[in-house]
Amino acid sequence: MNPAVTDLGELVGREYKEGFVTDIEADTLPPGLDEDVIRFLSAKKDEPDFVLEWRLDAFRRWQNMKQPNWAQVKHAPIDFQAISYYSAPKSDADRPKSLDEIDPKLLETYDKLGIPLEEQKALAGIAVDAVFDSVSVATTFKDKLAKIGVIFCPLSEALANHPDLVRQYLGSVVPSADNFYAALNSAVFTEGSFVYIPKGVRCPMELSTYFRINALNTGQFERTLIIADEGSYVSYLEGCTAPMRDENQLHAAVVELVALKDAQIKYSTVQNWYPGDEEGRGGIYNFVTKRGVCRGDNAKISWTQVETGSAITWKYPSVLLEGDSSVGEFYSVALTNHCQQADTGTKMVHIGRNTSSTIISKGISAGRGQNAYRGLVKVLKGAENARNYSQCDSLLMGDRCGAHTFPYLEVKNPTATVEHEATTSKIGEDQLFYCRQRGLSEEDAVSLIVNGFCKEVFRELPMEFAVEAQKLLSISLEGAVG
Amino acid sequence: MLKISKLTVTVDGKTILNGLDLEVGPGEVHAIMGPNGSGKSTLANVIAGREGYQVTGGSVSFLGQDLLSLAPEKRAREGVFLAFQYPVEIPGVANVYLLKEAVNATRQHRGEEKLDAMDFLKLVREKLKLLQMKEEFLYRSVNEGFSGGEKKRNEIFQMAMLEPRLAVLDETDSGLDIDALKVVAGGVNALRSPDRSVILVTHYQRLLDYIVPDRVHVLAGGRIVRSGDKRLALELEAQGYGWVESDPSAVSAA
Repeated sequence: MNPAVTDLGELVGREYKEGFVTDIEADTLPPGLDEDVIRFLSAKKDEPDFVLEWRLDAFRRWQNMKQPNWAQVKHAPIDFQAISYYSAPKSDADRPKSLDEIDPKLLETYDKLGIPLEEQKALAGIAVDAVFDSVSVATTFKDKLAKIGVIFCPLSEALANHPDLVRQYLGSVVPSADNFYAALNSAVFTEGSFVYIPKGVRCPMELSTYFRINALNTGQFERTLIIADEGSYVSYLEGCTAPMRDENQLHAAVVELVALKDAQIKYSTVQNWYPGDEEGRGGIYNFVTKRGVCRGDNAKISWTQVETGSAITWKYPSVLLEGDSSVGEFYSVALTNHCQQADTGTKMVHIGRNTSSTIISKGISAGRGQNAYRGLVKVLKGAENARNYSQCDSLLMGDRCGAHTFPYLEVKNPTATVEHEATTSKIGEDQLFYCRQRGLSEEDAVSLIVNGFCKEVFRELPMEFAVEAQKLLSISLEGAVG
Repeated sequence: MLKISKLTVTVDGKTILNGLDLEVGPGEVHAIMGPNGSGKSTLANVIAGREGYQVTGGSVSFLGQDLLSLAPEKRAREGVFLAFQYPVEIPGVANVYLLKEAVNATRQHRGEEKLDAMDFLKLVREKLKLLQMKEEFLYRSVNEGFSGGEKKRNEIFQMAMLEPRLAVLDETDSGLDIDALKVVAGGVNALRSPDRSVILVTHYQRLLDYIVPDRVHVLAGGRIVRSGDKRLALELEAQGYGWVESDPSAVSAA
């Protein structure tokens, strides 16, 4: 460790060594990470002891781990001591006062997405009136959900109100030391959602972080835990089509899903974090660990993702198919334009008998974007009659971008049926000319062709999300041709 | 309607059209015939505005406008339609979706309102009948997995929907069996009108049995070497293209 970092550590230590409990009114921690920082975080949230122990254990393991370098992405090493691991939400006084203070380009994008003015303000980080519509809407929803026994709240609230439930499942899918970024997240997570759907309950609405607005609450080290008890169903939407202002460059989230017998979880993501400017400066690093487990027979987990943002995306939503006849699905659209890099895919691990999985991955590269699909299909010895179908299609726009496919297969049971198809195509001059000859502008033609390419994924998204995702792709690709 | 004067076009430095003149009046159907490599498809593509063709001389005027200065989509919205020799597949995009975008782009250009779903569907059904096509056809991806005949029929169906002022049919007859040819020809004939002109680019006389042209032109060496009425096509069929190519006097016979 270099001396500067040690000093910083000491500084943090001095400040909190004795009095961290009384000091929890502090709004922001100075940069740096050590055990005292973790104690501070835990105390700030008034967490049960087991959580603090779990965090510290993760931190100790993390210290012995190395940043992974196997992904098809390039970035300078991250200095984890240069990051501040806690800062309270900005007070109204610090926020922009009106839309006049916001980057006009951002506002233009909001307009194109058809986002109402009030929501634009909230997204741009402007202090909005307390009588904001969605607050009351959210409360109404909460009451309705509580009546049928659905728990849907911030993870910190769940730790306070349902500690046993959280303790039973937290880290049971993504162990605290699963990988470098998951370990970091386990040590320092601050925000996130908790969902529990009781036995036999079909959640009557799509659970999102309450429309777009609440996506504001997403943190740098988010942690989400969703449990679908026997025979239940839930559809969860994460993210936001509108580009979000965010000052944190590194995002390392963890999402854990548990589907018990006959339960079904559908998890949809639209990710549009700031991708950086055209030279790739300032974009978000999105290093996420998402995994679900089908822990009972006939359980089903579907991941659907539309990834258009971030400078670097590194994520592999996976499913462990433990229960017999359980089903895992992964539908993905990943778009990289300008200097964006994405290394994304999935892992399907077949453990139970008659398990099946489907992987549909669509990668779109434009500008100097680099897009990699990385997928693992693993069939264990006992997984009789496992089936997998994988399809990975890449679409290239221009001649400076790249598409890469890394399919891995490990089959230990001879009764398995595994199919893999992959295509790479260039968006054709012929297709563009054909559409233009029918009267479509070049941009509309690109959007039409790309949306056609992604159709199999979009149809898995909830209706409203699908429409927004289409618009989003068009906007993200503006200027990619010509 | 369309006036082409002394049009010279090169592709990769090679001269394909060399001082071509052609005038097509409103409501007229002109057939452009000629041997392979004579520049028929080049002419069709240059009218539609495809990239890769360098116009090095001459002019093309359409309804009094300089056509060559317009982007392909502008030409289309002004009423220029090209039925492709090799219609392009667009996976995942429903036929009906492309059509709706296309129809509305043109309507918007004319300052008309977009068609709502009901009116659009009504129009679509009417035109489907004309080409003897089933409705399920609308929901298949554009040209994907279509037979050769279906692709060509789809082109004429699109033309029927878009109601162009000038339609250029590039070898629409190639690869069609006789039944499909009759259907396609029937569609084109139904669309003949005093304010719509048609250019049929074809290698064979066969199509002209079903779509009777007002004028027939023979293209050779990058120019129209001979023009006449429909009897010229029959003559060509009897004597072959060797006859126009080997008879220099034919050039002035136009």
